[in-house]
Formats: sequence, C-alpha cells, structure tokens
Amino acid sequence: MSERVRVDLAAHRRSRPAPGAHAELVEQTPVGDVLVRELMRVQLGLALRLAGVVAVTLGGLPLVFTLWPAATRVSVAGIGLPWLLLGVAAFPFLAAAGWVYTRLAERNEADFAALVGRPADAPQRRG
Amino acid sequence: MNAYALFAVTTVTVVTVVIGAWGVRLVRGTSDLLVASRMVSPTQNAAAIGGEYLSAASFLGVAGLILAYGARMLWYPVGFAAGYLALLLFVAAPLRRSGAFTLPDFCEARLGSPRLRALATAFVLFIGWFYLLPQLQGAGLTFGIVTGGPHWLGVVLVGAVVTGNVAFGGMRSATYVQAFQYWLKLTAIAVPAFFLLARWRSDGSPPVPHDAAWAAPTGGLVGTYSLILATFLGTMGLPHVLARFYTNPDGASARRTTAIVLGLVGVFYLFPAVYGVLGRVYTPQLADGRNDTVVLLLPGAALGPGLAADCLGALVAAGAFAAFLSTSNGLLTSVAGVLANDVRLPGWLARRAAGPLTAFRLAALAAGTVPTLLALAVHGLNVSQVVGLAFAVAASSFCPLLVLGIWWRGLTAAGAAAGILAGGGSAVVAVLWTVFAPPAPGLAADLLAQPAAWTVPLSFAVMTAVSAATRRRVPAGVGAMLLRLHAPETLRL
Repeated sequence: MSERVRVDLAAHRRSRPAPGAHAELVEQTPVGDVLVRELMRVQLGLALRLAGVVAVTLGGLPLVFTLWPAATRVSVAGIGLPWLLLGVAAFPFLAAAGWVYTRLAERNEADFAALVGRPADAPQRRG
Repeated sequence: MNAYALFAVTTVTVVTVVIGAWGVRLVRGTSDLLVASRMVSPTQNAAAIGGEYLSAASFLGVAGLILAYGARMLWYPVGFAAGYLALLLFVAAPLRRSGAFTLPDFCEARLGSPRLRALATAFVLFIGWFYLLPQLQGAGLTFGIVTGGPHWLGVVLVGAVVTGNVAFGGMRSATYVQAFQYWLKLTAIAVPAFFLLARWRSDGSPPVPHDAAWAAPTGGLVGTYSLILATFLGTMGLPHVLARFYTNPDGASARRTTAIVLGLVGVFYLFPAVYGVLGRVYTPQLADGRNDTVVLLLPGAALGPGLAADCLGALVAAGAFAAFLSTSNGLLTSVAGVLANDVRLPGWLARRAAGPLTAFRLAALAAGTVPTLLALAVHGLNVSQVVGLAFAVAASSFCPLLVLGIWWRGLTAAGAAAGILAGGGSAVVAVLWTVFAPPAPGLAADLLAQPAAWTVPLSFAVMTAVSAATRRRVPAGVGAMLLRLHAPETLRL
C-alpha cells in the first residue's frame, strides 16, 4: 500500500473542490485516473467489508450448528434457535445491511463529487 | 373443486391482462417496451421487482421443501433474499450506469466483443427457459388442484396469457402488473398464515411431528454452502432481475430500489415456513408426495370444510397464480428482448417483420413457446429445486462476469468467455445431469445436485487467469468505461 498514491476522499468533505479535477476526469489524465481508482477502491472496500460481516455471521451459522450441535437444541419462547435465526432474524438483518450500505455508498459518492466539483460553468453543489 | 378458488384465479388472470392492456396504450416504441423508458420511481420499481422475483419457487416450493426436509431448507429463502444484498453491494448502481438494456448489452459495452455477446445470449436463453419451466409446471399443478382439470391445460393457459401480455404490453405494463402482484402475493401468503396459526392454537398447539434429520439446520456442509453460494451470487445473474434495473433513472435510485426490495422480499419470506411446519400437523401425507402443493391444500385440511377454508384456499390459489404470471412475465420480457436484439431472424421472416416492434412480438412468441412445450414434457420435480439449479448456472456465468467487469480493469473478452464456458458450462452439464440422468453415486451426487461450490470458484479462477494471460487485449477505453460505471451522475461527466 505504501507505494500507491492515496487520495483521502473524506478529507475534502468541507473543503473546496480541487481546481480542475472535473476536467482531469473528463480528459482521462493520470490525475483523473487516480481519482477514479480511489473511488473504486473506497466503494469496493465498503462492499467487501459488509459482505464479510454477513458472510461471517449468517454464513457462519452452518459451521456453528455443525461444530456445536447443542446450539440447534436451544429454544427461545418455544421456537428452536435455528428456526428463529434462519426463519425470522435473517431477513431484518439483511435489510439492515442493505440500508447501511446504501447510506455509506451515497456518502462516498458525495465526497467524490465534492472533491471533483462541477464543470467551470455549472453551479457547484456540496454532497 | 372450489368455486371460490376458480373465481379468484380467473380474476387474477383477467386483472393481469387488463392492467397489461392499459399499459399498451402508453407504449410508443421498443424503448418503452423494454425498459419502461426508465422513468419508474424506486418504490414502484421495488414492488415490481419483488412481484417479479417471488415466483412459484417462493410461493409454493419453499413451504413444500420445509414440510418434507425441515429446517435445512430455510437456507433457500435466506439465500433468495441475500442474493439482493450481493446485487446491491457489487452490481446495482454501476450496472444501471452502464446504460445497457440486457446482459449481452453489458458484455458488448464493457468488452466490445460480438462473440462474447453471442455466448451471453445463449446463457440468458438457457437460464430464462430453465427458470420458466418450473413456473409453468407450478401453474399446471395449481390449475389441476383448483379446477380438477388436466395439468396441460394450466400450463398452456398461463403460457398463453403471459406470452400475449408480454408481446402486446412489454415492460411498461409489466411494471404495473408486478407492483400489484407483489402486494397480492404478500396478502395471499400472510392472511391465511395467521388463520392457520390461530387454528393451531385453538386446537391446543399440537406438537409438530418430526425426527432429528428434519430438525437439523444443515444437511451436510458442502451441500449447504453450495446452495448459499448459488443463491447469494446467482440472483445478480438472472436475466429478469437485471432487466428491471434498467428502469431506474440513475445509479443512486437503482441502489435505493434494491435496498427496498430486500425489505419487501424479507417480509414475504417470514411466511412460507409457517405452512411447511403446520403442514406436518395437518397434511403429513404430502411430505412423501407432491410437497409443493402444501400451501394450496393446507387451508382446507386445517380448517375443515366451510366458507373460511374455501375463501382462504381461493386466496392462496390467487397468490400462486400471481406468482406464475408475474415471474413468467418478467422472464419472458427479458428473454424476448434478448432474442429480438441478438438473434437474427431468417430472411423470409425478417422481410415480413416490419420494424423492431413486430420483431419483439415475434420474439415473445418464440420465447414463450419453448418453455411451454418443455413444461408439458417434463414434470415431477420440486419447483424450488429446479429454480435452485438455474441460480447455480447464473452464479457460475454472469456473476463473475459482472463482478470482475465492474471492479477489475484487467478483464478481457477472452477471459470472460473462457470463465463463462468453464464455470457456466460445467454448471449447465451438472444441471442437465441432475434433471435428466439417473442419480450419480456418493459425493458426485452432491456435487452435481448443488454444483455452485465448485463451478463458481472455477469460473472466477479461469476468468482471472485467462484475462491475465491475454492482458494485451484489455479494451482501450476501459478507463472511460469504469469512470462511467462508478462516478455519480450528479457530476455530469
């Protein structure tokens, strides 16, 4: 990582757009290329982190149930733990993960937009 | 025969046709037909996606599998829902920004290879038809139960209604029809479930007869993880799911739509397990028979003869028909769109097909006829299991293509084609073996019945390796393309 050029998108949240960044993007200059790579890195990192959380928690359940069969015999309010986790809890959990991702991904894009700014003639709007 | 159910099924079918016809008046050209001119709001689009996605597999199949095989089958609904999370995380916004109409369009836009486009077309047709087959089978099954009429008539009826609806209404009407059908399906599965639970309580909550295998939440780790992988990664590769995303106005709304869909399908999936579990109390004989009829037969069996049972039976039959109609509608629209765009008509037909609209209608006719004939020839498989196989093929072909195409500069057309052929091709062979050949012995049976555990990694590995070996052929415009996929539209680049 140390040799890569890093651009901290969030650091620009309250600063003015970098001069000429919009043109750099449009013209595909090396600077524009670095900006796009950074946006992709941030977004992919976010997606992978959330996918990892779901893979470890929900995706870990078959392993947990296999390694500790006693867990399958626990029951809460008369309903077995596997039924409660897979039949009920999994769905709000997935929806919450989706909601969190949507919020954070939109914030990354707003940071990127604030960094890049608008074409010189268009009014600039903060994200 | 239940007269209420017959009335309900007829009403759903007529309403579908009428809303479809109402949409026809708004149709101006093929762009309207294919993507509803991309002017559908996230909420409306999310209900439509939910309506399209909740197929016979969700409405009938899941409850049947839980009835017969127990807790381990809960991974089907969890995976069906989780697939939308994977779609949201890795694909939704960039795919919308790619501006492509169909999966072959995406191949062409990202990698610029007509041969890859042709390969993608072949896979869209295979997945689409393989997914349509169980929908039409389910229609035949339900029709038989509701009317006592022959299986083939139900298959032909639903096949004809859907084909006509797509040919003359297309995606615009499909959006209205499917948003309506999501709410119908949710009502049809939820309301009887509450009545059934109340009945069970008033019967003194009789214990659910089961053995250790039924209560176990996994049936072998390989099989369970293979199913999770197929459903988690397969959703993004289903042709009808992708087509819906093009109807969002921009990338951000595509993302919001997907997040809403996760909530909508999650609510629906709370209910099939109720039928599966109570089915063991009231309809235990179905566990060893046609388990995917449990949703249809349970209200009558639990509540006994009477008006309540008839009305609830009519409601679930209506919901089941809504499931066949809406999923088949979406699948057919996508398959017909791909056929019309990517398969050249024979000369004599091309001369008669005056304009793209006629071509689309001819394609819809062809796209609907093939699975109808298949459904008449093949039956006896649980609808969820057949759908699970279609997911495995999608996860092994289009998922690696989309994920690597969106996030990796190094992908080449040669790499993409090699990965699709190796992973997707293996999955197709495994699927055809499972459906048509005698069961294989031992571990091979598991690996063929749930192929995703080896075909998905194979596809990713081959795609990456061959792309690395052909890195001189990375398309020249890849930087501009990735900028377009990832930069928010507000920048007006």
